[in-house]
Amino acid sequence: MKRRDLLLTVIGLLLSWQLASLLVNRPILPSPLAVVIAFFQELFQEDLLLHLLASLWRVLSSTMLAIALAAPAGLALGQSQTLNRIFSPLVYLLYPVPKVVLVPIVLLFFGIGDLPKIIIIFLILFFQILVLVRDQAAAIRPELIESVRSLGAGRRALFRFVYLPASLPAVLTALRQSVGTAVAVLYVAELFATRYGLGYYIYFNGSTLFDYPAMYAGVVALSLMGLALYFSVDWLEKRLTPWQFVHMDSRQGGSGPAQKKREHQAQGKQQTV
Amino acid sequence: MNGMSGCGQVYPSPHPAVIIEMIETQSLTYTYAQHTPIFQDFNWKVEKGEAWAVLGPSGCGKTTLLYLLAGLRFPTSGAVLVDGQRLQRPRPQTGLILQEYGLLPWATVRQNVELGMRIRDFYGPDGKHAPSHAQEPVEIDVWLQRLGLADHQDKYPSQISGGQRQRTAIARTLALHPDLLLMDEPFSSLDAPTREGLQNLTLELRAEAGLTLVIVTHAIEEAAVMGQKILLLGMPPNTEPVVIDNPHAGKPGYRNEPEYQALCRQLRERMAAAV
Repeated sequence: MKRRDLLLTVIGLLLSWQLASLLVNRPILPSPLAVVIAFFQELFQEDLLLHLLASLWRVLSSTMLAIALAAPAGLALGQSQTLNRIFSPLVYLLYPVPKVVLVPIVLLFFGIGDLPKIIIIFLILFFQILVLVRDQAAAIRPELIESVRSLGAGRRALFRFVYLPASLPAVLTALRQSVGTAVAVLYVAELFATRYGLGYYIYFNGSTLFDYPAMYAGVVALSLMGLALYFSVDWLEKRLTPWQFVHMDSRQGGSGPAQKKREHQAQGKQQTV
Repeated sequence: MNGMSGCGQVYPSPHPAVIIEMIETQSLTYTYAQHTPIFQDFNWKVEKGEAWAVLGPSGCGKTTLLYLLAGLRFPTSGAVLVDGQRLQRPRPQTGLILQEYGLLPWATVRQNVELGMRIRDFYGPDGKHAPSHAQEPVEIDVWLQRLGLADHQDKYPSQISGGQRQRTAIARTLALHPDLLLMDEPFSSLDAPTREGLQNLTLELRAEAGLTLVIVTHAIEEAAVMGQKILLLGMPPNTEPVVIDNPHAGKPGYRNEPEYQALCRQLRERMAAAV
């Protein structure tokens, strides 16, 4: 994807928005210019920035928490068939449950404040990361482990030189896949029991104050946050896992997991570049 | 606490000059759960500096034997001694090269060659994961040059050919100055010219460093080219080692000698009889 194409698309979207607002011609759909002005006014003169930071903090802290707990758990499940046998039915049952339905329950148990919001997003990311890291860890060839052990590696060196780099792509893929869902659920979670966060801000301006440009400014802020998170994952992926983006030699045939991995990588490349 | 409680054999022998065996299996028995033992009361010796090929059909236990020698598996009963010491873990001076998948896919050729040194730095010279005496820093560039990898050092394993990948594995292992080199079908996925080239290179490097070599293979020709002694394994249980002498292995042009042809014929017949 070229930058120029991206820019043209943005301009196209703004034009369609402008056109739609002219056609609708009611306060519920202000023009993009009005929203941009409202966005900067709200950001610098009102407290939109505060709401944005509150939401960002919730997303980032729950992401860190999810990585810190799910990645090691995924590695353990992926490397131990016994553990996987014990826990895989549980993961299998809980993974597809839409975590957003747990919002009221988590709110009941954890009350007001940041904690319930962080827990909800954590739950979404946790299972996503767990499953992907587990599958990635299970795909590590035993030959690779034995080779590195034969070079003198014990448990700690194996973690440092094999498990950690092997699980990085899975963590990043999981983040890429779930960052959109996380922001969506954050919005829902912030509708309840809080006075900070973009979810609260959008709802409050739209339904109580009827300040539509401000409401749209909140929508823009939430969208920009989602985009920024997505691009950050992209950037991290290229920085931290450069081997996934190298040119594959056409002479290399192969089948089985190696080939599959290559296809997976190629797919990841298409999504990102 | 692990198996350290064992015995004095984890310490250097008081008479190192006496040891002429690099490998000795004493009444080695190895059984996978509920199966016929692969080895039963198996006694076998490899002297220092010898080049051995272990030949046998699939399922005969060749790879298991190599993993036992590498300290990655442990005998059900009996013992495996390497350089006079009972193996309790992979030994820092033993190099192991597997058929495939031995390289880190996320590391460049150069980083892969450096891996052994980085692991040693990671632990320091503790005598368990790395030799107890501090070693001279290894010239990675020299090994990259020697194995023709200098131009590929920044590529990832997925970007180079199978032959180059095995060269990388060899460079990584030899950079650690091993005294024992264990290879498990290292060339079997390569095309014939690449395979012969790497067989010759391995023989050359082995002769230079005076390494003890044990190469496991299912290919009769490879055993005949690489092994000055050939250990023939049959279907389990293996009890008595069947050893065939092949003193001319490793000499230039040996592949075209009548002795070589005769040996291959003999090995083919004995393998057919063993299955």
